[in-house]
Amino acid sequence: MSVPKDLRYTRDHEWVRLDAEEATVGITAYAADQLGDIVFVELPDEGQRLDQARPFGVVESVKAVSDLFAPVSGEVVAINAALAAGPELVNSDPYGDGWMIRVRVADASQLDELLDGEAYDALVAAG
Amino acid sequence: MSVTGPRLQPTLFERSRPGRGGGKIPHPPKDALDRLPAEARRTTPPALPEMNEPDVVRHYVNLSQLNFAIDTGFYPLGSCTMKFNPKLNEWAARLPGFANLHPLTPDEAAQGTLQLLWELEGALAEISGMQAVSLQPAAGAQGELTGILMIRAYHRSRGDTDRDEVLVPDSSHGTNPATASMAGFRTITVRSAADGGVDIEAFKAALGPRTAAVMITNPSTLGLFESRIGELLEAVHAAGALAYMDGANLNAILGRFKPGEVGFDVMHFNVHKTFSTPHGGGGPGAGPVGVGEALVPFLPTPRVLRDDDGAFRLERHGERPTSIGRLRSFVGNTGVLVRAYTYIRAHGASGLREVSDDAVLAANYLKHRLAGTFDVPYDRPCKHEFVASAASLKARTGVRTLDIAKRLIDFGFHPPTIYFPLIVEEGMLIEPTETESVETLDAFAEALITIAAEAEATPETVKSAPQTAPVKRLDEAAAARHPNLRWRPMAGAEVPCPD
Amino acid sequence: MPYGPHTSADREHMLSTLGLASVDELFADIPADLRASALDLPDPEPELELAARLQALAGRNRTDLVSFLGAGVYRHWSPPAVDQLLLRGEWYTAYTPYQPEVSQGTLQSIYEYESLLGELVDLDVVSASHYDGAAATAEAALMACRATRRERVLVSRGVHPHYRQTLATYFGGDLELDEVPLHSDGDAAGTTDLAALERMLADPDRAVAGVIAANPDFLGLIEPMRRIGELAHAAGALFVAVIEPVSLAVLAPPGAYGADIAAGEGQPLGIPPQYGGPYLGVLASTDALVRQIPGRLVGMTTDLDGQRAFVMTLRAREQDIRRDKAASNICTNQALLALAASIYLADIGPHGLRDVAAIGAARAAELETALAGVGVARLHPGPYLNEFAIRVPGARSVHRKLLERGVLAGLVLADIEPDDPNLADGLLVCATEVTTPAEIVQFAETLDGVLEGRPPVGVEAGAGEDSQTAASVGSAR
Repeated sequence: MSVPKDLRYTRDHEWVRLDAEEATVGITAYAADQLGDIVFVELPDEGQRLDQARPFGVVESVKAVSDLFAPVSGEVVAINAALAAGPELVNSDPYGDGWMIRVRVADASQLDELLDGEAYDALVAAG
Repeated sequence: MSVTGPRLQPTLFERSRPGRGGGKIPHPPKDALDRLPAEARRTTPPALPEMNEPDVVRHYVNLSQLNFAIDTGFYPLGSCTMKFNPKLNEWAARLPGFANLHPLTPDEAAQGTLQLLWELEGALAEISGMQAVSLQPAAGAQGELTGILMIRAYHRSRGDTDRDEVLVPDSSHGTNPATASMAGFRTITVRSAADGGVDIEAFKAALGPRTAAVMITNPSTLGLFESRIGELLEAVHAAGALAYMDGANLNAILGRFKPGEVGFDVMHFNVHKTFSTPHGGGGPGAGPVGVGEALVPFLPTPRVLRDDDGAFRLERHGERPTSIGRLRSFVGNTGVLVRAYTYIRAHGASGLREVSDDAVLAANYLKHRLAGTFDVPYDRPCKHEFVASAASLKARTGVRTLDIAKRLIDFGFHPPTIYFPLIVEEGMLIEPTETESVETLDAFAEALITIAAEAEATPETVKSAPQTAPVKRLDEAAAARHPNLRWRPMAGAEVPCPD
Repeated sequence: MPYGPHTSADREHMLSTLGLASVDELFADIPADLRASALDLPDPEPELELAARLQALAGRNRTDLVSFLGAGVYRHWSPPAVDQLLLRGEWYTAYTPYQPEVSQGTLQSIYEYESLLGELVDLDVVSASHYDGAAATAEAALMACRATRRERVLVSRGVHPHYRQTLATYFGGDLELDEVPLHSDGDAAGTTDLAALERMLADPDRAVAGVIAANPDFLGLIEPMRRIGELAHAAGALFVAVIEPVSLAVLAPPGAYGADIAAGEGQPLGIPPQYGGPYLGVLASTDALVRQIPGRLVGMTTDLDGQRAFVMTLRAREQDIRRDKAASNICTNQALLALAASIYLADIGPHGLRDVAAIGAARAAELETALAGVGVARLHPGPYLNEFAIRVPGARSVHRKLLERGVLAGLVLADIEPDDPNLADGLLVCATEVTTPAEIVQFAETLDGVLEGRPPVGVEAGAGEDSQTAASVGSAR
């Protein structure tokens, strides 16, 4: 299972897509699969400030729970409200409709510290 | 649908018919509530079901038959100690002199229960090697909170206010870190050593001036005795910290190991595990705590005291200002404690030691019977429970431990504890207890061996289990995504009522 | 060992299978210097002798007294169906329903409990269940702190003293707890001082997470719950109502006056007093707080065949999964007591429950009249349901003299609230449907005798202390 190559990844299995100054954040298909059926996503409020590598939310499956870590610092400008009624979107379309938050990025150079698609594939392959 | 087998039932609400019931309570005078102000009155009566007693009785008898229970079969649930619940215990707790006693009855009118509690405290102190015992905590988890709050009070009493960390091994019960958080501590998780034991060196490295306590389960949640515990306790005390013992696994060591004698400062007892009080489908329990000398001043209030004239009494409010206070209302789950007392008196010193001897012998026997079929990651004598793993079987067949657990239901057994502790892949934690016969142990081993063979030959049989239970596997994701937590006629109508 | 199945041949068989000569070899991993000293406990006791010992102990408890004691635990008629059904082994010897396929009985009964209590409190989510009213109230306070991300809770002094003490223990760390005083005189004496509450809520530097008040309050009085809730909400705090479930058949429920959380003691729903527990902690909330509520929740779902079925849900809040980030450390709950409450409610029914509450109120009014007849008045003027405080000079000594005469005259308030001068001469007394008119007369006459300095009449003291039959007192539990 190979990941989209136009995204950046954290070692904690978040992905980030940068469009101008705004970054969209979600979790990878691998992470969603490992968690199993996702039943709830706890997201920050719009306007909240995030610090890179600090927890910004929680994702719950039937029998597991995992913190979400911010891939970049910045301000939350949007959250995916559809996840409240449809958390299963994270399983069915992790890189599309299952996105979680949009962040106004404070320092785009932080993305350089993240993994590219090949490096993330290697991380997953190494288990 | 079978005529005689267990059947799914409509809810109480679906059975309700307006006008049914009555005859239990005399009618009150019409003006009984007139002196209440109108704004304090309820305007819409609660929509409780209206039923007659025969329907109520059938509802609950039929529902009960959908349950597995100790009284119906073998529960090899690791870390839960599902032993037989003696019927004498139930009889004793229902004696009117015990059951009808109000908890605020003056001491002089409650001497029988106070004496029982005082004797039980003494017996638990003797079993654990502790100096004193509080019977107040309502369950093991509340006992843990009590212990950690006492440790916090101890450090504060010495002006030692920087200690904000609690160390736990990665194999610990979830209640340990949850308790530490509740008491305002940060949890530091320490990895287990390769042999499954606590990693003494890692613990020593993590100990420091910020360590308030370490929480250890011994035997561990893998069923292994921590042989180097003496060394660890020395290091803990040298660092100025205190040692908490999670007593969940006491059933393995009665008469063999007294935590208080080797330097543990506090421990809790799960009387619904070790001392046979029934689990009740999830509770009630009771979680007495025993403490060493350092923590006696901080015990919760009220303690049960014996005055010089031999009379028993409860400690008065404010009598011992060093106490951490109370954790709940009244003295404790006395009805549960009567059962534990009965069990301890029935066994005596020799019987309790035999309990552990037989529990450990049965666990080792069962482990031996399964060793050829399943992985046994820690191949040394276990205590009252052991971990087996289906990792190799899964690699060959795709059949998971969860599937094996569900297939056991078709063989008439309750599944063991699975995927705990988290550090063993595809783990099954199996605890036979001392009250299961050799025939039962053999039958259980044969069932697991048969299921392993099925996994190789017809894996779908195992993956689709259970077939014989009242329901198939459930849609747990839907339950959590769109919670239906309360009966509403409209919500219930979406899923047809049985029958 | 009384309940062990193993014969010496069985043990021999297991040992030889393991290649061992003695079970001691299985304990060789306990180092010699860590081995226990001999257990110093009595010898095993045969069932017959143990039963006699237990009967003797139970017989030393004075459950034969004519009792007017409530104060958080109430005697009620519990239909025999409740205990007979609880004694089925499939209920009381079952484990927590982690395996839903073989636990549908327990799971459906918990779902029904959530639904029944939801009707009583008029809130969406009922957690099943907590240790007792005090622990449930403490969990409610912690919930309010989590939900509002604030760290200060206000609790009315009208909340049961044991609950307030429990809150203080739970809040001993970083959280703040302040007590709201009661009016000391006037028409509202004994109820929460609303002006004081408003002042305490107004402190801009110490935002309040939740306000806790009880109805009826500890002194039996009706509180202005709607007004307390409005004040709490105006300050951005949640409102926690401490309730007594039988009273909710006739009193406005928390959902109707805007409470966010309800907590309380479920013991009155068919559970015997048994000197302190096990009881039933009731905890309920609005839907908005479903992710914050601790304890077990069971939901309705379907199985693979589409059959309706029940399962534990929202489990990721719990300690076994979330560990140090769990909503609470609760693991064991009070499932069997929740079952007792459900059977009680189903068997007694909505009309029966209303009658229980109404007769209690009627008997309490009779008690007030009878006591007034011997010159003993209430301590507070406000309305009450079935419990009230009376003023008796020398309350503690009078209470003891009444006890010697076979009457348990409620609770000496100075014993439980020693620091409150308003309660120094108070006795807290209650009546329920099991209180008889004859008992009320006996209380009033005996009290009159004590106050007049008459010596006790021999026959009034009831049966001897060791009499098991006297302790049965028929129906009352």
